[in-house]
Amino acid sequence: MPLIRNGSWAHDDYTALTDQEPLADGGVLVSLNRFQAEQELLLARNQPLGVRLSSSQSPENIGSGLHHLSLVALEFPAFRDGRAFSWARLLRSRLGFAGEIRAIGHFLIDQLAFMERCGINAFDGDARITPEALAAARAEFSNVYQPAVDGRPSIGRLRAQSS
Amino acid sequence: MYRYDEFDARLVSERVEQFARQIERRLKGELSEDEFKPLRLMNGLYLQLHAYMLRVAIPYGTLSSSQLHMLAHVARRYDKGYGHFTTRQNIQYHWPRLIDVPEILRDLASVQMHSLQTSGNCIRNVTADQFAGAAADEIEDPRILAEIVRQWSSLHPEFSFLPRKFKIAVSGTPEDRAAVRFHDIGIEIIRSDHGETGYRVFVGGGMGRTPYLGLCIADFVAREDILAYLEAILRVYNMEGRRDNIFKARIKILVNALGLDNMRARVWREFEEIKKEGSLNLPEQERARIAAYFAPPEFEPLPDTCLEFETACSGDGDFAAWSRHNLSPHRAPGYAIVTVSLKPVGGVPGDCSADQMDGLVQLMDEFGIAEIRVTHEQNLVLPHVRKKDLPALHDQLERLGLASPNSGLASDIICCPGLDYCDLANARSIPIAQDLSRRFSDLDRQEEIGELKIKMSGCINACGHHHAGHIGILGVDKKGVEFYQLQLGGSGAEDATIAEIIGPAFSKDEIVDAVERVITAYLRLRQPGERFLDCYRRLGLEPFKNVAYLEQLHAAY
Repeated sequence: MPLIRNGSWAHDDYTALTDQEPLADGGVLVSLNRFQAEQELLLARNQPLGVRLSSSQSPENIGSGLHHLSLVALEFPAFRDGRAFSWARLLRSRLGFAGEIRAIGHFLIDQLAFMERCGINAFDGDARITPEALAAARAEFSNVYQPAVDGRPSIGRLRAQSS
Repeated sequence: MYRYDEFDARLVSERVEQFARQIERRLKGELSEDEFKPLRLMNGLYLQLHAYMLRVAIPYGTLSSSQLHMLAHVARRYDKGYGHFTTRQNIQYHWPRLIDVPEILRDLASVQMHSLQTSGNCIRNVTADQFAGAAADEIEDPRILAEIVRQWSSLHPEFSFLPRKFKIAVSGTPEDRAAVRFHDIGIEIIRSDHGETGYRVFVGGGMGRTPYLGLCIADFVAREDILAYLEAILRVYNMEGRRDNIFKARIKILVNALGLDNMRARVWREFEEIKKEGSLNLPEQERARIAAYFAPPEFEPLPDTCLEFETACSGDGDFAAWSRHNLSPHRAPGYAIVTVSLKPVGGVPGDCSADQMDGLVQLMDEFGIAEIRVTHEQNLVLPHVRKKDLPALHDQLERLGLASPNSGLASDIICCPGLDYCDLANARSIPIAQDLSRRFSDLDRQEEIGELKIKMSGCINACGHHHAGHIGILGVDKKGVEFYQLQLGGSGAEDATIAEIIGPAFSKDEIVDAVERVITAYLRLRQPGERFLDCYRRLGLEPFKNVAYLEQLHAAY
């Protein structure tokens, strides 16, 4: 599967598992349900571990186990379902999550810049989602009005600095 | 009025180029029509019954004369010579070609205008009182906050894919001309007991299929906290608003399902955290920078009474009639606020030709009027006019066909485009509004009736605000035939109420007669000086319902 991490093509070092599949060697990505059911076993493996959230699942449901995770994958089931933008922000701000936040599912290049601003740093999308497309999306707007979790100074901040 | 600095200007032109590339991708087949649709909607471009429709944002309804001139140019060059002013204080063009749209947007950007977020499931164009900066009882110009909100909500990284559209209105006076309680968020500028200016916030108002009045979620939000508070409301909505059913996706449904106290607690939790982060705190310096643009023009020191004006008013000519209805008190002595009616007898409410727009531009230049406003009632407002100029200004408005003396009267009807244009509509609304306007065209009769707000929509989406009409009319489709439901007793003002449906719908041949019977009954039943709305509130539905369906007549046989 093609994967972009921090702006470049990257190897996906997690095996995405359904709730029934046996655990594979190496990193695994499991659903929230499976994580909750098998948390002790999964954490005891001492291997990279990721949890997959559907768009209706808040990352707050992960609980204290979050800090043992190196990946949270957020599902974008359709263009119009924008809940994961808030989940990403919560992960980076309230929950202080510093690992990989990966967008999976259906999204368009027109959403990539917003996703990055909310804290998503990896993309697993369709063939149109390439590092070049991401770089172009980032360059579309020189400045932004809102502070977000990417640390870009808002236009309000820039105005204050220049006056 | 606000003028873009380099940041605002660059962002808008970059957005135009982004949209041009999106159109290109669609034309090359890199985007399917389904993928392109939400992208074009976020830039105000609809596909309607006969053609594309482009909705251009007029933030808080304020236009300079050069912007109005550009709207005339767009109407002439790319459309059929007219535009339609909407209940969101925007303008719609009903006949642009897709390939012309980037060029239109570049033209608009050259006068600091855009169509950002005039559609789509995002925070829409922010509306405000059309008398901003001129109303006598104003606490603070609502456009200051509206502009701050416009910037914060433009291309918001977290809130561009909400469960549904989101509308915010701001009022700076106790008298509410912005219908704040019919918005997803309504903001009323208030002064605390300690003399501090801040914001009362209502949430969960709305019209559509399920009308609700907004509920007060915060009595007082301090100036520097307002963006953090709005961000908190939007985050709760984005996370928890329903996405399984488009008809239950607005925030009003969430507020109603959670209950106000629960909603308030959730918002507070987010607010405290956002406030603690601090990056959304609004620095007084930035607020003051924006406020400076809205400083009122320097008013000439004039006596409040102006002989020339008083004399013209005391006559019995057209000017006197117009002055009785289309002028409102201004805060500066010797000035008046002028409402320019876009409701000529038998006309299409809100339509304005390119020549009329340019005529207004000329008149603004001649009388030194820097800005013009669009009202949610689909009229225009000249906010600062010297009383001594009024007779000459009226003459010119007459020549432009813009001097209908009917502001606030029966023929000042709000009306959506309906089935003549809109693919969401169930019934035509324009012909009914035209019939009503002709039926009540006699000014003496309209004056006898007094203040009356008739509002009409061609479908349940309620763009024509029928829920807030003293008399509301809703077009419905019954097995392919247009019918019209009659609703009574609504108000979009500070005494906001939702109109009640009186009973089964009327056919298109019956509805105007039914409205007339209701109004005739009011004239018979009212107490001296009582408005239709107050009479209805005193007497209730029954007497009006009876006459509307002619039950007395049947009973007599």
